[in-house]
Amino acid sequence: MTGRTMLAAVALATLMAGSAEAQISVKLGVLNDRSGVYSDIGGEGSVLAARMAVEDARAQKIIGDDIKVEVIAADHQNKPDVGSNIARQWYDQDGVDVILDVPTSSVALAINQITREKNKVFLNSGAATSDLTGTQCSPNTVHWTYDMVQLANVTGGAMVRQGGDTWYFLTADYAFGHALERDTAAVVQKNGGKILGSVKTPFPSNDFSSFLLQAQASKAKVIGLANAGGDTVNSIKQAAEFGITQGGQNLAGMLVFVNDVKALGLKTAQGLVFSETFYWDENDQTRAWSKRFGERLNNRMPNMTNAGVYSSVIHYLKAVAAEKSKDPQKVLARMKAMPTEDALFGKGSVRADGRKMHDAFLLEVKKPEESKGDWDVAKILAKVPADQVFRPLSESNCPLVKKS
Amino acid sequence: MITIFGVPSAALFGQLLLGLINGSFYAILSLGLAVIFGLLNIINFAHGALYMMGAFVAWMLLNYLGIGYWWALILAPVIVGGVGILIERNYIAPLSFSDQRQSFVLIGATAIGFLVLSFGFSLSATLAFVGAAVIGVAAASIYAWKRPSQSSTVHVDHLYGLLLTFGLALIIQGLFRNQYGVSGLPYGIPPQLAGGQQIRLFDAPIMFMPNYRAWVIVASLIVCLATWFMIEKTKLGAYLRAATENPTLVSAFGVNVPLMITLTYGFGVALAAFAGVLAAPIYSVNPNMGADLIIVVFAVVVIGGMGSILGSIVTGFTLGLVEGFTKVFYPEASSTVIFVIMVLVLLVKPAGLFGRAS
Repeated sequence: MTGRTMLAAVALATLMAGSAEAQISVKLGVLNDRSGVYSDIGGEGSVLAARMAVEDARAQKIIGDDIKVEVIAADHQNKPDVGSNIARQWYDQDGVDVILDVPTSSVALAINQITREKNKVFLNSGAATSDLTGTQCSPNTVHWTYDMVQLANVTGGAMVRQGGDTWYFLTADYAFGHALERDTAAVVQKNGGKILGSVKTPFPSNDFSSFLLQAQASKAKVIGLANAGGDTVNSIKQAAEFGITQGGQNLAGMLVFVNDVKALGLKTAQGLVFSETFYWDENDQTRAWSKRFGERLNNRMPNMTNAGVYSSVIHYLKAVAAEKSKDPQKVLARMKAMPTEDALFGKGSVRADGRKMHDAFLLEVKKPEESKGDWDVAKILAKVPADQVFRPLSESNCPLVKKS
Repeated sequence: MITIFGVPSAALFGQLLLGLINGSFYAILSLGLAVIFGLLNIINFAHGALYMMGAFVAWMLLNYLGIGYWWALILAPVIVGGVGILIERNYIAPLSFSDQRQSFVLIGATAIGFLVLSFGFSLSATLAFVGAAVIGVAAASIYAWKRPSQSSTVHVDHLYGLLLTFGLALIIQGLFRNQYGVSGLPYGIPPQLAGGQQIRLFDAPIMFMPNYRAWVIVASLIVCLATWFMIEKTKLGAYLRAATENPTLVSAFGVNVPLMITLTYGFGVALAAFAGVLAAPIYSVNPNMGADLIIVVFAVVVIGGMGSILGSIVTGFTLGLVEGFTKVFYPEASSTVIFVIMVLVLLVKPAGLFGRAS
């Protein structure tokens, strides 16, 4: 009660003083898969992350009482047309200023276009396509958490350096899988490795045993899994069953989330090497935040997509507070000028092409006896600096980047 | 080594063996569908969801009660079969009733139960919904108790049963998704069947055959043949087939046709749950696992001939082989090849390979 009275008093005082700053109200829309195959990757977790970011920003006095923030959410069902309709409705009628998350590359690319057309802000966390900061880059988009180039550089590069110099790919037969195979193959070849072949698997597939035997017959040292979600889980599960890893071949999951590791169980997944840009058990700060997250969501631990949403909202609100405005161009310019810093990703920056720069981890799934808890699934093998994992500006094909 | 179209023959045999394993799943699932369609004239779209439920029940038995794979292989089909019986009695059978009061009781009790549980006891949506469904079914059963059982032998249009079971499938999937998420749950291979054998042919290694996959083939063959034998060669099976032909006449002989129908549905559903338990150690256990598979299984049933028992078994295994073959020569087409065959078969034999033209 006292809080409210005080608030009223302060409001009254500022009004009477006549120097009241205009209220800014910001509306954030979390647009992701809330019911389908990627709903554990984004879904409610990302909505919670956005809400926590707003609460923390207020508690840490990043934003004052003059900035009001509202978070809303919708399900894009992994369909570009559904996602586009929601985005237009949000921008045109509901007064949404920022769209967050958006996994599924095809939907993300559609939202990227609409956001540019409407001059709003798009902070992507969930999509993998590196085209968001490449050929399709936009001044209104920041690609926050990860991308294919980073996945390929960290996982692919590490495997080749460990001696895995011959590769065979199991590639999900759609744009995402093809692009992931292409990017990884480039990294492998750059590091002196050789590609022995690949098999395109229908998406989604239940049974990978036939494809795994073809990979086995290739005698490649590394079997690269250019797929995601249920396909990855199925292929790893069946590789263990058919004794592929015992036979001396290694699996490299190109896009693996902690949720996938949890779904496989440590017994099956142990030894699998993968890359993330956030792991909940990295340090005290990430553990504390993840614990708060879990308490509000069935004791689930956040994955890198959820963490990316949190981090991007914090940085956006910092920029709004600094500009005292929500004008998209001003805020975006400020976001790119200001270094980023938060509890989850540490220090970083946003580049001219919209790429958020931070370090990436190379992780390995623990053995069952090494694990101390339900979610204690991986250990960090290496932390790779940002400038070694993302596409350097000198190789950028983004029209926003001026070539010197 | 001999090569066939550029593929070493040994590798080819290995791939065909794998195709046979996938065929086992198609066979058990399509068999259940065929049994249900034959007697109830219902296209059971909830089959995939109940297959998924079988896998989840196996997981729950292990993680909540510590009951392992072998008991789950028996218990999960019994439990899911029981759910199937409740579904048939309370949702499917009333479709052909002339008096819909039982359905009103069911809907009313479910709705009130949901409101009370979610607001009165502030349970989570999933738990409240499951609780409400139990209350609704209990209320409807009490209402229907000792009332003369209504004739449910009138064949209603396929479309109603199809829509109803499709709706049920979406609800069941949604409930599991809400509770467990979509990533899936781990379920290990039973220790007795871990490992595998190197299969050789004339001293040439063909493939590494996991023991568990060999068990899948054996188990599904036994179940398929036992079902075929029961329906085609026993007295009970004769009643079933007679009731399919002319339910009114059969009930005039004193056979309890509605009971038989209910138990048949329960049995068909139990077959799906059995396949679900078989699948749990090798496929990802997630709420969408049935939805992905069921489309292919429907194609198998159509190719084999709707309602034909032998047809669904033979086609199930054969199409598994065809799919395995495609995965070697043109992997991109392996998910479409079954539908191509379906189109060709329908053009030549509209009733399916083993179906009788009506």
